[in-house]
Amino acid sequence: MMNSNTVILRTAAMYLMPLQLLFSIFLLLRGHDEPGGGFIGGLVAAGAFVLFAFSYGSDALRSLIRLDPRDLLGAGLLFGLASAIPSLLRGEPLLTAQWWTIALPGDAELKLSSPLIFDIGVYLAVVGTILTFVIQLMEAEHE
Amino acid sequence: MNVLAIPLLIPLFAGALSLALWRSTRWQRVIAVLATASLLVSSIVLLQAVLQDGYVVLHTAQWAAPFGITLVADLLAAIMVVLTGIIAFVIAIYSLAATPAGHEKFGYYPLLHLLLAGVVGSFITGDLFNLFVWFEVMLLASFALLTLGGERAQMEGAIKYVTLNLFSSAIFLMAVGLLYGMVGTLNMADLAQKIAQVEDQGMITVVAMLFLISFGIKAAAFPLFFWLPASYHTPQVAVSALFAGLLTKVGVYALFRVFTLIFVHDVAYTHTILLWIAALTMLTGVLGAAAQFEFRRILSFHIVSQIGYMLLGLALFTPLAIIGGVFYIMHHILVKTALFLVSGISYRLLGSYELRDLGGLYRKKPLLAILFLIPALSLAGIPPLSGFFAKFIVLRAGIEAEAYVVTGIALLVGLLTMYSMIKIWAEVFWKATPEHTHEQKPLTDAVVDRGHWPLYVPIMILGCGTLLIGFYGQPIFVLAEQAAAQLLNPQGYIDAVLGVQP
Repeated sequence: MMNSNTVILRTAAMYLMPLQLLFSIFLLLRGHDEPGGGFIGGLVAAGAFVLFAFSYGSDALRSLIRLDPRDLLGAGLLFGLASAIPSLLRGEPLLTAQWWTIALPGDAELKLSSPLIFDIGVYLAVVGTILTFVIQLMEAEHE
Repeated sequence: MNVLAIPLLIPLFAGALSLALWRSTRWQRVIAVLATASLLVSSIVLLQAVLQDGYVVLHTAQWAAPFGITLVADLLAAIMVVLTGIIAFVIAIYSLAATPAGHEKFGYYPLLHLLLAGVVGSFITGDLFNLFVWFEVMLLASFALLTLGGERAQMEGAIKYVTLNLFSSAIFLMAVGLLYGMVGTLNMADLAQKIAQVEDQGMITVVAMLFLISFGIKAAAFPLFFWLPASYHTPQVAVSALFAGLLTKVGVYALFRVFTLIFVHDVAYTHTILLWIAALTMLTGVLGAAAQFEFRRILSFHIVSQIGYMLLGLALFTPLAIIGGVFYIMHHILVKTALFLVSGISYRLLGSYELRDLGGLYRKKPLLAILFLIPALSLAGIPPLSGFFAKFIVLRAGIEAEAYVVTGIALLVGLLTMYSMIKIWAEVFWKATPEHTHEQKPLTDAVVDRGHWPLYVPIMILGCGTLLIGFYGQPIFVLAEQAAAQLLNPQGYIDAVLGVQP
């Protein structure tokens, strides 16, 4: 039932998914001082994958992302915790935000920070969790 | 002082790592033992730091109190973290042999680490709302651990467990909200300082009672204790033992924290209620145990009755009584975990937890019998084991405070505890193996214990612990004395967190 063959849904999913994924990354990177962040970005990305799974089936999704969603979840948690380490290494209190500024050619500069690592971790963990659920539920229905 | 963060980070990292390695149970087992061992080491380092400085405070992310989340370890918190390390380590070893394969596949080890993180977090947080968060982390993991395996009895137990604990969390949250509305801060040290300035002291007492109900449920105190004996005998035995050792003690710890630091404005009222709760908890727990004939259910009811002794220490609120309470917590965690682990081995040998199906273990397994006898006698309070000194201090404090009725109840409960332990001893170890059990699962000498050392070593470690506290009690007593002195002098805690003010 989930593997619906409506042309409209399939075509729409094909065009919507890349946009949603791009938007999720935009939300992720914007999130430090403005609305957005890892959790919301992760939800949007998971939404994109779920839409794809609904129109093409869970097997297609598995072969699209290649990784097992549980790996995403584990990696996400490790990323999130890793963001605590830089402050420890510098001997500052746990979770103190660390900023690294990289000068780019031209006048631009790139600001990286440990909260960003944390946000990426949350992003991956959210995507991993939702996809684990959804894929399991879809496959349970087939059995 | 990042030494405080390490015991918290270790289980979190171990949990994430074992989740990332979900394909390999072998690696998860290795990580479990290594992580819990390093948790134990780091907790001892923390205890040393606390002994040296009095308090260890960490303002996370450099947000100074009362605005950020502050982690604080005083002596009581550090002792609790060390006990968590000990229990975590022995449970990790025991799990190597005792965990069914299916459970490992469904995330036993990640959940174990998550639970430990929740427990350690609850001990070292200095913020009431953060305490709520760690409680939830702990409960979430415990719900999942309780239902791993998915048997009917487990589901039944889990429903009672989940319902009452969620009820308790809801009350906790309500109380936190009300308190914030009145005082405008949730940092415990800041609360302790500002709570006296609130005009409506009656309302503070109401909030104190809400906290008492909420933590009372978590600690399995009278009258809302029945979720505990209904659920603790259902999961696999390593999980039972872990819960029995640590979870209710988190509730007790929270009571000790808030009723020595924050709610001391009307001791005559609040602590009298606590006193009666303690007495009734002791009595109902021990009477419930007398009526049971299932190994783990008897032990579960005894958790309830022992919680009463700890609360008695808090309720009397004299220096000696607090020492007794702290001492009792230390003794109880080791002993109770050991007893649950013994029940796991007897189940493995004879295939049942029902006393009528068990028997004859003394003849075939004298070592196991001794390993049972030590914690059992200690629980009943026979000198020179740890339980004797724990009970002795609490009772003496009771007499000095002239609370004769409650002290009498505590003595009676000690006697009835002895009765329950003798019952288990007579049924499980003394009498001959029943015919029907013998036919199904003959206990011959051929049932060797080779490869079973992970089951015995943890009990030996815990048994040595109770002997050590018994024979070498003075340093432990001094430790409890110092912890109690800190608890009764909240100003030290406040100054350590907020800085000394002019």
